[in-house]
Amino acid sequence: MTDGFKVNSIRKDFPILSQTVNGKPLVYLDNAATSQKPQCVIDSLSNYYQTVNSNVHRGVHTLSQLATDDYEAARSKIRSFINAGSDQEIIYTRGTTESINLVAYSFGVQNIRSGDEIIISGMEHHSNIVPWQLLCEQTGAVLRIIPITDSGELDINQYGALLSDKTKLVSVVHQSNALGTINSVKEITAMAHSLGAVVLVDGAQSAPHMKVDVQDIGCDFFAFSGHKLYGPTGIGVLYGKSEVLDNMVPYQSGGEMIKSVTFDKTIFNVLPHKFEAGTPDIAGAIGLGAAIDYVNDIGLDAINSYESELLAYGTAKLEQIASLRIIGTSSHKGAVLSFTLGDIHPHDIGTILDSEGIAIRTGHHCAQPVMERYGIPATARASMSFYNTKEEIDTLVTGIDRVLEVFS
Amino acid sequence: MSDLSYLYQEILLEHNSKPRNYRILNDATVSIEGHNPLCGDKYTLQIKLEKDTIVDIGFQGSGCAISKASTSMLTERVKGKTTSEAFSVFDAFHMMVTEPDKDIDHDLLEDLELLSGVSGYPARIKCAILSWHALREAIEGESGSVSTE
Repeated sequence: MTDGFKVNSIRKDFPILSQTVNGKPLVYLDNAATSQKPQCVIDSLSNYYQTVNSNVHRGVHTLSQLATDDYEAARSKIRSFINAGSDQEIIYTRGTTESINLVAYSFGVQNIRSGDEIIISGMEHHSNIVPWQLLCEQTGAVLRIIPITDSGELDINQYGALLSDKTKLVSVVHQSNALGTINSVKEITAMAHSLGAVVLVDGAQSAPHMKVDVQDIGCDFFAFSGHKLYGPTGIGVLYGKSEVLDNMVPYQSGGEMIKSVTFDKTIFNVLPHKFEAGTPDIAGAIGLGAAIDYVNDIGLDAINSYESELLAYGTAKLEQIASLRIIGTSSHKGAVLSFTLGDIHPHDIGTILDSEGIAIRTGHHCAQPVMERYGIPATARASMSFYNTKEEIDTLVTGIDRVLEVFS
Repeated sequence: MSDLSYLYQEILLEHNSKPRNYRILNDATVSIEGHNPLCGDKYTLQIKLEKDTIVDIGFQGSGCAISKASTSMLTERVKGKTTSEAFSVFDAFHMMVTEPDKDIDHDLLEDLELLSGVSGYPARIKCAILSWHALREAIEGESGSVSTE
């Protein structure tokens, strides 16, 4: 194990991890669905409600100012976390799904025309498929799909062949939730930009596990969620380049997003407020800021190298099980082990593992086209985080043995 | 959480590996698809109805052990029965898995009681009742598809 990575002390920061489930110590391996929260994030929420709860950007009173300061300080933390150029490029949303919808309904409706093409990949989450399908239906644009290779990588040559001057937007996942594959988003972005297309990167699975530098990637939009990043549910982020956001129309309208309103005319607020109508999830934003502080304290490089060790250990262990097939075998992947086990349906695997206290995800992972690509209805998926241990992977292996025993 | 070995009883696993009436019915009068998109469970039930009697029934498809065994046992239980008898069994089965504390007509259930363990696993109830909903829809004359999501 990585020298100096103190997983046992880190585990103590997450109160939920010391629970027992069905009489067994909880082994939480469903981090790609949502992550657990450290005590400091939980405290930041109750502290906000106990001491500064107030509406932001509205009041002259002290609490309103304190709440606004904390809310905007969290925005700066997020900006720094993904190395965006300025705070105004960080828009609070409800999560990755809303971030993508914002781009589809604002940028998309405004810029995509009949005959234009939008490129996504064959390994997208439904949240990065359906908004584009709806946009295509609405505008007459055409959706193109980058195919996946057998090992679960994007076929970059095929992508190059799909790109043309008709391509107006490329939206791809940074790390696949179903396969774990990490895509070369910098290369994908450069190829799209050479033809003038705008690029969105879905970072829901990558932001919690690796250093993200949106300026290095060069993408126009980057979307991620707070709850997969050890923060609260209900808060997410859309990063957008200010020159792109400036030209976009508001996605929702109401309070906060306006500068002045008369019955004749409304002048919209400046970035990022133009895209933040209504009272936002203030506590959630502050909680996400606390989560980012926590992750920064441990360090993403240390997190990434520890999780890579867990992945290597887990892969080697699972490969020893004869009837087990890992789905997604790219050499460049995050700590996600998606698998099938002979003819045993993943839901039966999930129920039996649950009886051993092991939480995994089973099903199509909101990525039905991926399942279709591999000719399977579903997979069982163990997704790891820096608070997991090799011992927990051993428990998973024992649990899989139990599944095989039940179905023997 | 109930006892796992009670949920995955040997007879249930046997129905899963050797499902009964797992065949295409060439003379079916009604055909319906039951689909649980969340799990990917998907079965086609085919029924030959003569007046009010289910004279033959077959199914095809795939899904988890609970859904497949439940479908297999369904076909055995309702074959040769009238549609009103099938509805009564549906009601008893539905109550057994969703409201097990209520007064259930055990005589109607027969072997289906083997699936009573499902009631302790809320996430798996949909697996057990998928084909039963499909059966009810089918004999109510609604050929097509039914979903538990």
